[in-house]
Amino acid sequence: MTCQFCKQKDATVHLTQIVENEVKKVDLCENCAKEKGVNDPAGFSLADLLLGLGASQQIDEAGDAKGGGLRCVRCGYTQADFKKSGRLGCSDCYDVFADGLDPLLKPMHKGIRHKGKVPGSLRRATDLNQQLLTLEKDLQGAIAREDFEQAAQLRDQLKVVRTSAKT
Amino acid sequence: MNIIEFLISPAEASKRSGPNDRIVFSSRVRLARNLKSYPFPGHAKKADRIKAYEILFPAIRALPQMGPEAFAESLEKLTALDKQILVERHLVSREHAAKGAGSGLILNREETLSVMINEEDHLRMQSLRPGLQLRQAWLAIDAVDSDLETRLDISFSDKYGYLTACPTNLGTGIRVSAMLHLPGLVLGEQINQIIQAVNKLGLAVRGLYGEGTEALGNIFQVSNQMTLGESENEIVERINKVLLQLVEHEENARQSLLEKKPKILLNSIGRAYGVLANAHTIQSKETMNQLSLLRLGVDIGLFGQTPKALVDELFLISQPAHLQLNHPDREKLAAEDRDIYRADMLRERMKSVPSPQEPAAPPSEAPV
Ligand SMILES: [Zn+2]
Ligand SMILES: [Zn+2]
Repeated sequence: MTCQFCKQKDATVHLTQIVENEVKKVDLCENCAKEKGVNDPAGFSLADLLLGLGASQQIDEAGDAKGGGLRCVRCGYTQADFKKSGRLGCSDCYDVFADGLDPLLKPMHKGIRHKGKVPGSLRRATDLNQQLLTLEKDLQGAIAREDFEQAAQLRDQLKVVRTSAKT
Repeated sequence: MNIIEFLISPAEASKRSGPNDRIVFSSRVRLARNLKSYPFPGHAKKADRIKAYEILFPAIRALPQMGPEAFAESLEKLTALDKQILVERHLVSREHAAKGAGSGLILNREETLSVMINEEDHLRMQSLRPGLQLRQAWLAIDAVDSDLETRLDISFSDKYGYLTACPTNLGTGIRVSAMLHLPGLVLGEQINQIIQAVNKLGLAVRGLYGEGTEALGNIFQVSNQMTLGESENEIVERINKVLLQLVEHEENARQSLLEKKPKILLNSIGRAYGVLANAHTIQSKETMNQLSLLRLGVDIGLFGQTPKALVDELFLISQPAHLQLNHPDREKLAAEDRDIYRADMLRERMKSVPSPQEPAAPPSEAPV
């Protein structure tokens, strides 16, 4: 079996992974394994490899839709850099390349929204935002159902949360 | 201070014990974090990388969890041998060991907390514990992270969570992993099936040395792949559950080998003992595999009072950099010389290990 990346050397590193209920197999040689970071067990992720394999097309499509040649103003990272390395240049890049990201993240992760720890300084704000979102959704539901009693209650709650969100 | 003098000796390091350490060598939880205002290290210009380093280094050093005795150094101050030793101890990644100026390592006295500065991300912080202690490792690194975020401006987005250089680490930035010794499942030829089952749960399994079924020393690493859309606690609990099952499968596999194929098992272990105690030249690969069988023999009581710690120490000091370090003149050993020196060391150390005994008959077969 030859290496899937260089297509020259014998593949000695074999990985199997289930991504979105699909079995993905990757076979690569020692060299390519090293290059792709597969040699560091703690840092290794097959998604890393998949990012290189199938992702470049999606990055291009998303970029081209915006006229092509996306570039991060802050760090100078380009669409081509992203495509080549599968990595980003700085925090702002996540906004610049946002359109191409979600389809990449979907097969790689459990979801495309963060769940879990939030920095302490943001924790309070995030909690309140979450409450606001839920209340607003409930309110719209109540209005749609013409449950005006419920809607009035939700409106009062919203007022309270909005006030504390401002402080 | 010199890192070699700083590190806990292999003999002492191998004596550390934890829950389920017959099968689980160690647990680790790693978090990836970045500063908001600086490009990620891989893309940063040297000046930016050094500026980030100068912010990060004192902040990490000042962590109460690091204590006054921590080892803190820029990687350019370490020799190639120093770095290789750190890799063999699993305290830094291979990638990080390749770095120089502008990258650093801070390690606490107990070697339970290691922070790499300017690896692929500005910070790669890991908490290490012997045996199966994922929850404890997570709680420890979570506390470090919470402390650090009051000192540093960490990059975080509502949608994507902690921002990382590679989208594969996005969200929690967490990598939860454990190192397992699974000779029973390998000898019982169940390992491939097990690996596939674990893969299906979204976890990666790989040989720590070597690959797939050829995992040298029958040592495997299990870790999560997904970091976004699942909370830290969910990830830790999921892996913990899988690991407990793996421990059970391994124990069952060992028991069934003892009952159904005792001759094959005892033959393998007896030969491993023979090789380790008598070889005059031995390669790293064979050493790992024979030591794995020796450890299995110790686990099932074939070697009297021989402590597991001795075998674990031999695993460590048989590695190339550790061998070189112990060599009297520390010169760079040629591979052939290293194999001879390894065999010399093993023969000497194996003198304290008695030849294998017949296992006690299982209760069901005992005469009435
Ligand atoms: Zn290749
Ligand atoms: Zn950028």
